[in-house]
Amino acid sequence: MDQIVLLDRTERYLRGEMTPEERFAFEELRKEKQEVDQFVVEHHLFAANLETYAEMERFKANLYDVHHTLKETGELAEVKPAETGRLVAFWSKYRRTIAVAASIAGITALLTSTVTLIFSPKTPIRDIEELRRKVNTLEVRTNTQDRQIKAVNQKIDPNAAVTFGGTSFLIDPKGYLVTSAHVVDNARQVFVQNKDGQDLKTELVYIDKDRDLAVLKIKDQDFIAPTSLPYGFRKAVSDLAEPVFTLGYPKDEIVYGEGYLSALTGLKGDTLASQIAISANPGNSGGPVINRNGEIIGILNARQTQAVGVVFAITSRQLIRSIEEHKEKDSSLNIKLPTRSTIRGIDRIQQVKKIDDYIYMVKVIG
Amino acid sequence: MGNYSKDEELLDGLISNDKLAIETIYKDNYRLIQQLVVQNNGSEDDARDIFQEALIVLYQKVRSGEFSLQCQLRTYIYSVCRRMWLKRLQQKRIYDTPVDPHSEQVPVEEDLELHDQLDRQYGVMRSALGKIGEPCKSLLEAFYIHNKNMQEISSYFGYTNADNAKNQKYKCLMRLKKLFFTQYKNGN
Repeated sequence: MDQIVLLDRTERYLRGEMTPEERFAFEELRKEKQEVDQFVVEHHLFAANLETYAEMERFKANLYDVHHTLKETGELAEVKPAETGRLVAFWSKYRRTIAVAASIAGITALLTSTVTLIFSPKTPIRDIEELRRKVNTLEVRTNTQDRQIKAVNQKIDPNAAVTFGGTSFLIDPKGYLVTSAHVVDNARQVFVQNKDGQDLKTELVYIDKDRDLAVLKIKDQDFIAPTSLPYGFRKAVSDLAEPVFTLGYPKDEIVYGEGYLSALTGLKGDTLASQIAISANPGNSGGPVINRNGEIIGILNARQTQAVGVVFAITSRQLIRSIEEHKEKDSSLNIKLPTRSTIRGIDRIQQVKKIDDYIYMVKVIG
Repeated sequence: MGNYSKDEELLDGLISNDKLAIETIYKDNYRLIQQLVVQNNGSEDDARDIFQEALIVLYQKVRSGEFSLQCQLRTYIYSVCRRMWLKRLQQKRIYDTPVDPHSEQVPVEEDLELHDQLDRQYGVMRSALGKIGEPCKSLLEAFYIHNKNMQEISSYFGYTNADNAKNQKYKCLMRLKKLFFTQYKNGN
């Protein structure tokens, strides 16, 4: 469709200016064509922002007008300061004294630093000793690292074919992780790697193919279980156009991405999923979708990408339901999802710093 | 001194952007705020800025639908102005004990947080509009802010017909959208 026509129709649709027949036809078109739906959702968000901005500008213009009218009619007379500000008074009274005091202080400071410079002993020997100590520490550290590398090599079979499957994150401090089912499907062994590059062995707890979710558990002596998780899981439905961010491993290091919720349902009206406008690629699959309050609203599912910058996420409600269903089947399953976020109201950089320890790269050995 | 029912009426007028209501609020309260600012190391212009910003805080708060007046409007406006002005003085590193021409105050910290948050949101649109350049900026403002129709716009901007103006508006809007979403995604 011609873009100008699409814009025109979208604007009329959002303003409620369409006839019922037109409206019905347009809604059918939205269901049929994902790019039209995406355009409408985006335009809705944009238009709402533009309208609030416009209202604010109109209000400010009125404030400005009123101020000037009242000033001209003399109804806003200027008030003279009742007394000069105390600071100003102090300054004019003691200006000269302060100037003299300041110059004396300046000269003294200069003198002191010169004297210190001339008379302070030079200490090259101490510097060298310091350097030697540092080199020794470095050597010790290198040896330790060598040992650790060996240990890691023993753990992972070097001949095994490792594929960087996707992303996963902790859902329970005891070591339970969630990822996308398609990431770990048919895997012989799954390792997860934290942001420091440490590999940890995991076991598959269960796989829920209908929802494309898989739960893993870290079974590795090197795993240090945290006492709690900083984020919570959102139970309620999320808001359209809510800004979200994600952390994941589309490559060999953790990558941050931002976007917003662009539709409440996924592909072809799939109610398990939400649509998100964010740049992601298959390695992001299984990563968390987090809102500004630090609540997880979904699990990214970047398997099918239809349009650039549009991906889907399995909603956190589906994860909650999936776990409940499996608890009924297997009473030994002891997972408790955190519901409260402790990173609400802090800035994004701090939020990411508190979260990224709990996001892992999934390495699949097939 | 205003009474509560008069204050409620004024607030209704304020959110429908009624000039008369704004004028009344101005006449009732401006002088007090002027005193507050001028007696505490500020100028006439500072007083105007602080007062207008306080009315914006009030406007946003009432618009958000969570506002019910728990005190006199005068006390509310005074509290907002006082908090904002002291903050500004702190930024200038002036820590004098404030002179208070009005004794009552109510807590307003949360309202100011809402204001900061909304201002950041407007900031995205404002900076996008600042970047598209002319004639796009004026054209879009005429249509979306001043609610002019296509006919008026085409004669004002010298387009030969309304279709040309529509075409131009489309191009401008697409550019604005692109700028807006680039910023919206990077750090909202």
